[in-house]
Amino acid sequence: MSTAGKVRPVGVDLQDSEDTHALVEAIEADNPAAEVVHMPGLIRVTVVGELVIRRDSVTERMGRDWETHEFQLNIVSYFGTIAEWDDDKIIIKWEH
Amino acid sequence: MAKLSMRERYSLLTRDLDWTPTYVDPKVVYPYTRYEGIKIHDWDAWEDPFRLTVDSYCKYQAEKDKKLYAVIESFAQGQGHLHLTDARYVNALKIFLQGVTPLEYAAHRHFEYLARHLDGPGPRFAALCQSIDELRHTQTEIHTISQYNKYYSGLHDWSKMFDRVWYLSVPKSFFEDAITAGPFEFLTSISFSFEYLLTNLLFVPFMSGASFNGDLATMTFGFSAQSDESRHMTLGLGALKFLLEQDEGNVPIIQDWLDKWFWRGYRLLSLVAAMMDYMLPKRFMSWKDAFELYFEEQMLGGLFPDLEYYGIRPPRHLEQAIAEKDYMSHQAYWLLYNFSHAASFNTTIPTPDELDWLSASYPDTFDRHYRPLWDRAKQLADSGHRFFNLGLPMLCQTCQIPMTFTEPGNLDRIAVRGSDFRGEHFNFCSDGCKWIFDREPEKYVQAWLPVHQIYQGNCGGATIPEVLAWYGIQPGADNGEYLTSPDKASWDEWKASAQSGGA
Repeated sequence: MSTAGKVRPVGVDLQDSEDTHALVEAIEADNPAAEVVHMPGLIRVTVVGELVIRRDSVTERMGRDWETHEFQLNIVSYFGTIAEWDDDKIIIKWEH
Repeated sequence: MAKLSMRERYSLLTRDLDWTPTYVDPKVVYPYTRYEGIKIHDWDAWEDPFRLTVDSYCKYQAEKDKKLYAVIESFAQGQGHLHLTDARYVNALKIFLQGVTPLEYAAHRHFEYLARHLDGPGPRFAALCQSIDELRHTQTEIHTISQYNKYYSGLHDWSKMFDRVWYLSVPKSFFEDAITAGPFEFLTSISFSFEYLLTNLLFVPFMSGASFNGDLATMTFGFSAQSDESRHMTLGLGALKFLLEQDEGNVPIIQDWLDKWFWRGYRLLSLVAAMMDYMLPKRFMSWKDAFELYFEEQMLGGLFPDLEYYGIRPPRHLEQAIAEKDYMSHQAYWLLYNFSHAASFNTTIPTPDELDWLSASYPDTFDRHYRPLWDRAKQLADSGHRFFNLGLPMLCQTCQIPMTFTEPGNLDRIAVRGSDFRGEHFNFCSDGCKWIFDREPEKYVQAWLPVHQIYQGNCGGATIPEVLAWYGIQPGADNGEYLTSPDKASWDEWKASAQSGGA
C-alpha cells in the first residue's frame, strides 16, 4: 500500500509559553486547516499538506519584531521536512 | 552596509570560508569518508535548511541557557523537589538521567569528530553546532542531577554507574556501537534513526510526563534540549536524503543501516516504555498511544512514503515492533521490578487505580497476562516477601537486555534465538537482534555483557553485596522496593511537616 504522493499531515510540537501562544495564533491565521492540541507543557499544531509560519503574521501578534530564527526557541519537535526557512517565512511539508 | 539575508550569510560562512587543499591530497585531509562504500560526488549539494551562522547560533543558544538556568535557580529557591506529584516519580527521572546524560557527552565527542572529518563545509559546521549543543545538554542534565541529588537517592555516582551497571549497559552499548561505526553509518544511526525517526518517542512523552508530574526542572532542560533537537532532526533527515541522492549505490547500504538502527533504537526504547506506563504517578499517554502517534502515524504514514521515492522501504522487523506495542512495556517493567535490588532506582507494584488504567489502555493483553502477575506480587509483598529475582539473567548479545520479550504470537513463552560463531554460541532476545549480530559477528562477540563479566570475576566479587559495592549502589537506599525506601520516608516527612505548617 503506497501513500507516496498523497497529501499527508505535517506538524510541530511547541513549548507551551506566552510567545508560543502568539505564534500559534499566527499559524492558525495563515493555515486555516491547522489543528491545535494541548498536551502537558506542549502545544501540537498539525496541518494536512503544508504548514507555513510568516514573520509578518507573528510580528503582528507578538507586538514586536520577530525573526524567523527565533522559532528555534519555541520548537520542541516536528514532522515533515523543512522545505524553506528564510527571513520571511518557514515552510514545513513532505517533499515527495 | 546593508544587512545580508540569512541565505547570503550562510553561503558566505559555509562556502566562501572553505578552500580546496592543493598541496595535500584531500583524501589525506579527510581519510575516513571512503571506506564504508558510500559515494559522494558533490559535497556542496548539502544544504542546512536552518541556515545557521555563528552569530545566530550564539545569540539563540545564550537565550535558551538564560531561560533554563533561571528555572533551575527558581527550582532550587522554591523547593521544587517538593512540588512533584509523588517522590516515586523521581525513579523514572533517575533512569533517564543515569542513562541519557553520558550519551549526550558521547554525542558531543563524536560530532566534534565529524566536524573535523566530513569533507563538506556545510555538514562540518552543522556537526560543530551539534557538538556544542550536546555538551550543553550534558551540562544542563548534570545541573538537574545536582538539584535532585541533594534530596533523593541513586544519582550520586551516575558516571561510574554508566560504565558498570547492567541496565545502563543497554544505552552504553547502543551508543558505542554507533560511534565505532564509520561516519556515514553514525549519521544514519544517531542523526537519522535516533534523532529523527525515534526521538519523539524518547523525549516528547517523557518531558510532557515531567510537566504533568510537577517536575519543572526536567521539563525545562528537556524542552531546552529538544529545541536543539529540531536542528539535529534536520541534520539527520538532511544527511539521509543527501546520501540517497548522491549515488544510487548508496541506497542498499543505507537501507541495511536503517534496518539495523531501527531495531537497535527500538529495543533501547523498551526502558522508556516501562517508565511511561509504570513510573509516572500521573500518566497522560500510554506507550501504545505514543507509538501509534509518533511512529505509526508520523513516520510510517508521513516519512516513509517520502523515502519510497529513493527506493527505501520501512525497516525490517517492523511488524514485530508493531505487535509488541500491546505488551512491551509490561514485560520491560516486570523485569525492572524483578531486578531492582541490583539497580540504582526503586520500583513498586502499581496501585489499584493504575492497574485499572493499564487494563483500559491495554484491553487485549493486560488483564489476561499481566494483572495476574501483579496480583501475585502483591500477595507476596503483603505477606512480607517482596519478590526479587536473585539469579543472574541471560542477556541478549546485541541489545544486552535480559531475555524477557516473548515469542511472536505467544505471550507466555520467552523468545530466545541463537547463532554460532567461531565455535561459540550466542543468544538473542529477538529475530531483530539475531539479524544484527549475524551481519557483523566480529563486532558483537566483543560485547561487554554485565552478567558474563560478573561470572568472570571482573565486578567486585561473586555475591550481590560485592557487586553492588562495585556498582556504587548503597543497599537499602538506592535500590529495591520504593514503599520501604528512604526516598519515600523523606517524602512523607516533608509532606507531613508542610501540612503541620513546619519548615
